[in-house]
Amino acid sequence: MATEINVNGAATSSDWQDRYYHVDQILDRPGPRTDPSFLAGDEVKDFLRNKCKILVIGAGGLGCEILANLALTGFKDIHLIDMDTIDISNLNRQFLFRPADVGRPKAIVAAEYVMKRVPGVQVTPYYGKIQDKGDDYYLQFNLVICGLDSVEARRWINATLVNLVDPENPESLKPLIDGGTEGFKGQARVILPTVSSCYECSLDMLNKPTTFPICTIANTPRLPEHCIEWASVLEWPRARGDEKLDTDDPEHIGWLYSIAVARAKEFKIEGVTWSLTQGVVKNVIPAIASTNAIIAASCCNEAFKIATSSAAYLNNYFMLIGTEGVYSYTFEHEKRDHCPVCGGEALEMPISRDWTVEQLIELLTEKQNIQIKKPSLATPGKPIYFQQPPQLEEATRPNLEKKVLELVPDGGEVVVTASTLPFSLSLIITYI
Amino acid sequence: MIKIWSMKKNEDAATKKRPKTSAAQIRVQKDLTELDLPPTMKTNFPDPTDLLNFTLTITPDEGMYNGGAFTFSFTINTNYPHEPPKVKCMQTIYHPNVDLEGNVCLNILREDWKPVLNLNSVMVGLQYLFLEPNADDPLNKEAAEELRKNREQFLYNVKTSMRGGNIKGVTYHKVLV
Repeated sequence: MATEINVNGAATSSDWQDRYYHVDQILDRPGPRTDPSFLAGDEVKDFLRNKCKILVIGAGGLGCEILANLALTGFKDIHLIDMDTIDISNLNRQFLFRPADVGRPKAIVAAEYVMKRVPGVQVTPYYGKIQDKGDDYYLQFNLVICGLDSVEARRWINATLVNLVDPENPESLKPLIDGGTEGFKGQARVILPTVSSCYECSLDMLNKPTTFPICTIANTPRLPEHCIEWASVLEWPRARGDEKLDTDDPEHIGWLYSIAVARAKEFKIEGVTWSLTQGVVKNVIPAIASTNAIIAASCCNEAFKIATSSAAYLNNYFMLIGTEGVYSYTFEHEKRDHCPVCGGEALEMPISRDWTVEQLIELLTEKQNIQIKKPSLATPGKPIYFQQPPQLEEATRPNLEKKVLELVPDGGEVVVTASTLPFSLSLIITYI
Repeated sequence: MIKIWSMKKNEDAATKKRPKTSAAQIRVQKDLTELDLPPTMKTNFPDPTDLLNFTLTITPDEGMYNGGAFTFSFTINTNYPHEPPKVKCMQTIYHPNVDLEGNVCLNILREDWKPVLNLNSVMVGLQYLFLEPNADDPLNKEAAEELRKNREQFLYNVKTSMRGGNIKGVTYHKVLV
């Protein structure tokens, strides 16, 4: 019951006595590993419970766990983004959803559920894509915590938060906590944009999604998966033309399933089922509720430690392998010098207003500290001058005589690539 | 909140504003501007400002496909280089490793793709298919059978198909230049 007892100075009207008794054991006094800046007592509690604004991305298997953990730890201003709706197959582990919720947006249902169960917590849902939101939106949070299932979304949010960092504004650096699970394996990591290794730095550690040689699929299928790939990779474009395969459309999955079954029968292969069909085309790895629980707990633990400075936070990569026994390993993933997102740096390039592109290129090749052979230049989204391939060289050649000012605004960015550069170089053009 | 900013100051004092261009875009720019193609391969950009959609024409100067011009479409998505480019042959051709819909059986386009590979490696791989068609990984099974069992007939079929002829009820595109 919500009673009007004011405990610890930081409680609100919905808090009852000893609501946070256990959490307060950590916040009321420093410990041996506490950060020196930790101020035990009311101030830190006030920040956690009344001031800290946290963004949760993903309201699926990890997201449900994360949301519940955060709410119960004492975070009270939580924002939640998810673009999905609830499927019946989610209900075994996404415990904030009930059968009656099937078809409704995950973000909205999860927010309603947590607000109903945990008094005083405000969860603000957004049903849509992370890409819908701009810098201003992400700037309002203290922390971002992700429970995503796609590499693409992770790369996007990572790059967005790295780009958000403004050297003039300390508040622009938003710690990113990323959780991920695949069956019995999982990982949790803390990314301090521009300070520690980012998601893009570790992109080459990823396993590629399971694919089969297309000739095996076409000629010598042995597995049920081969039959499903036959249906989705070869038969779909043949029979349905340019129609885009929507892996969430039951009619589409049903079509693939029937084609795959026929193929399997022809080759006497067993095991093609509806759920396997859906699994193969969506590249789904069975989700294990307990892996999600462990990873979400680790992520929320980090969020709590970072928000309160009450203990040393993860530096910076924790992985869990539960396939044989329980094994975990924590290490510091290092920043990659030539990471296309957080590596390298943008060079300020003040030039005269009547400089041509050719003059800029000449400067790049001559300047002692740059010395680039045959640089190719582009603004975000548009080539300025490309050395290769011949057709683009020809198409961009007229730009050589143009003034840089006509192509790049003041303070605009130019991406330079060249074979002598490990990756690329960014120039920020200013006019004098 | 922990004070990350102070750590940052110590670590690198002169951090500049970071680039806004997406990693995939920069990587495509890097791959394209460093292409080193032999005269037998030529790219074409229908829209020179769109670097993610283009075609490649291969005109082999030796081997059994000598004299033909074969065009492939390249589609690159924003998850490049985590995902390989999507490549399809735009003509109906008689080749053991290319089916009649234009799907291509090249290991580095699917199961052996790695982000360290680039557009140049894919293009060179495609050209190799015309110099050394591979009967062991068939997509066009009949063509592969012919290549394995009756090389003379296969050569004849290749020539017929490249002229725009008909083989076993399939009319092929004329690709001779």
